[in-house]
Amino acid sequence: MNVERPLEPKQRAIIVGASSGIGAALVRHLAWQGYLVAALARREAKLQELGEQVNRAAADGRVLTYTHNVTDYQIIPSLFQTIVRDLGGLDLIIYVAGVQPRVALNEYDFEKDQQMINVNILGAIAWLNQAALRFERAGMGNIVGVSSIAGDRGRVGSPVYNSSKAAFSTYLEALRNRLTRHGVTVTTIKPGFVDTVLLENAPKTFWVISAEEAAERIVKAARQKKQTVYIPARWRLVSLIIHHIPSFIFRRLSF
Amino acid sequence: MFNEQINEAIDNCEEPTLPALPNERLEQVQAWGRASSSVGYVFRPTTVAGVRHVFEVAQENGRSIGFRAGGNSYGDAAMNAENIVLDMRRLNRILEWQPENGRITVEPGVTLQQLWEYILGDGWWIPIATGTMKTTVGGCAAMNTHGKNGWNMGVFGDHILAFDFLLPTGELISCSREHNEEIFQAAIGGFGMLGCFTSVTMQMKRIYSGLLNVEAVTKPNLAETMAYFDSHLSDSDYLVAWGDAFARGKSLGRTEIHRANYLRPGEDPHPSQTLRVDRQHLPEDIMGILPRSIIWRFQRPFWNNFGMRYVNLVKFHTAQFKGQHSYQQPHALFHFLLDYFDWNKPFGTGGLIQYQPFIPKENALAAFNEILRLCQKRGFPNFLTVLKRHRPDPFLISYCVDGYSLAMDFRITGRNRQRIVALTRELDEIVLAANGRFYFAKDSTLRPEIVRASLGQERIDEFIALKQRCDPEGLIQTNLWRRLFA
Repeated sequence: MNVERPLEPKQRAIIVGASSGIGAALVRHLAWQGYLVAALARREAKLQELGEQVNRAAADGRVLTYTHNVTDYQIIPSLFQTIVRDLGGLDLIIYVAGVQPRVALNEYDFEKDQQMINVNILGAIAWLNQAALRFERAGMGNIVGVSSIAGDRGRVGSPVYNSSKAAFSTYLEALRNRLTRHGVTVTTIKPGFVDTVLLENAPKTFWVISAEEAAERIVKAARQKKQTVYIPARWRLVSLIIHHIPSFIFRRLSF
Repeated sequence: MFNEQINEAIDNCEEPTLPALPNERLEQVQAWGRASSSVGYVFRPTTVAGVRHVFEVAQENGRSIGFRAGGNSYGDAAMNAENIVLDMRRLNRILEWQPENGRITVEPGVTLQQLWEYILGDGWWIPIATGTMKTTVGGCAAMNTHGKNGWNMGVFGDHILAFDFLLPTGELISCSREHNEEIFQAAIGGFGMLGCFTSVTMQMKRIYSGLLNVEAVTKPNLAETMAYFDSHLSDSDYLVAWGDAFARGKSLGRTEIHRANYLRPGEDPHPSQTLRVDRQHLPEDIMGILPRSIIWRFQRPFWNNFGMRYVNLVKFHTAQFKGQHSYQQPHALFHFLLDYFDWNKPFGTGGLIQYQPFIPKENALAAFNEILRLCQKRGFPNFLTVLKRHRPDPFLISYCVDGYSLAMDFRITGRNRQRIVALTRELDEIVLAANGRFYFAKDSTLRPEIVRASLGQERIDEFIALKQRCDPEGLIQTNLWRRLFA
């Protein structure tokens, strides 16, 4: 599996946050496309099940699974190296781990907030820093961060979720500015509503797409070396409008 | 044991226990042909103690080590993805030189350029010279290189008298044809799998002039080329033919042959002048205007099937127009053709690969004609074709036969990659049917079953058994080793 054939390069990917939702769909989609995939997630049982399922069905793609909690920051540098060595290289890393606990309109729960910051942004920084270092040296690579349209503006619903995604988007932008000159692509994915467990806490949903469709669009965007992508694309229009609503109106709204 | 560790970790999804190697060591390491590359942690020690230290680092961190020096192998022989790459170039001292008998002892990182520049003034030359002077003694020994004089001077290993060898177990041993002969016969040509050369003692070739007498002649097809080689084996020191792989039909395999001889003692009136290093150097620029280093940019537009057809055509017809003629040429300009300009650069981002089968003389003509025709039929006439003559080599990983080799350069692009792989698979069958062999320094496409068929299971078993003894933990690996043997 680790055999490198010079004229038949294998594509290799790491998915952080792979046991369900968009992450699991990404693992399936990439394995189907022939990638060697390292799937990371916290819930071992679900992850194992996913790995076995995909490996049974896959023709030449292969999934390696690693149980990992992204808040275990200390271990990330050596885990990253170990995974890349197991894969035999790396072309693509997608950080899709994220939590969104239900937060009431007048709730200020620091524990929930801390969890969102730890998983949604600190974990992302810990993983993508490693990828950035490596890709800069290798002179190639693709970093994909699944942020959210929720990060485009702070809103009443979940201030810290918005903040964590805003931080993620800005971090990815900074990586893009640092790494483009080294031949590395950094893609920011901003999904709207995707049919995953995170949707349970959303009050009102529309334009919902399936996790499979989101995964397909993400992989396509990465392949095409896009910079910032809304999924589906029509959310870009919504974002444009939301950006331009002046504060004296926006702060009187309830979404 | 090392491979088992990885497999266990994968199957059990255990927490990793291996520490991270410093990211500052991470570098992209390329095949010389640039058709592939990988990322490795590169260490560059200057002493044997430094090499030992890297072995320790590898053991502590659960990584393998792949040796590298000049990095002139066309494929992945000097790459070790995601593991340690031990760059030996800084072990480049000339340890001992005896100008009265031509014996020299050097560290493995010494390049052929360093070597010939050092010994030339005393009237000596490298017996086996590769097409570039940037190869190192360690690399030449590990791959057991050949030159344009294979049939009478053999391979690089034939001129090695002894070497010191560091095993991964930490033991430093001396090897020669009388002492530790098994390792002597296997480490030479062993493509770096058994251990590390720490010093190599060789016998150089006595020469009486810095010039060679060269004769150039063209032949209209391969049969006449080989007939010319046959008739001049006994009175030539060097024989090499460049072929036009685009020519078809009656002109299939038309070549320009260069035949060279050393000057006899007394034939050169000014040996101390011709034996000067600065008389051997390639001019820095063409006609005083164009620096040699940018020439590849002007070549680039021609580096495709359409352009190369005419480049080859012009080259052949110019040679034919000049007719048979003789001249004198400095040794370095005769041998080191790849150093005239950056040969690998005009091939573009996809790079090039070389396919060089060695075929016994009784089958060579038919096999090479079939190969050239097949390449044309598949739409991949190769861009550079070189024919050489060889004799069998006595080493364990043997690739030379009593016959000919045909080196062929193919340009790789994103679109033609798969088809070229398919073509090489067809070529493999032709070579095997002709009892041919393959040479790892040029290889990018072989598979384990092909190597087994051409080298023979017995030799492979013997080599692997020896590797188990020298390297029980499987510490030394390269991409090529994993691709072809593991």
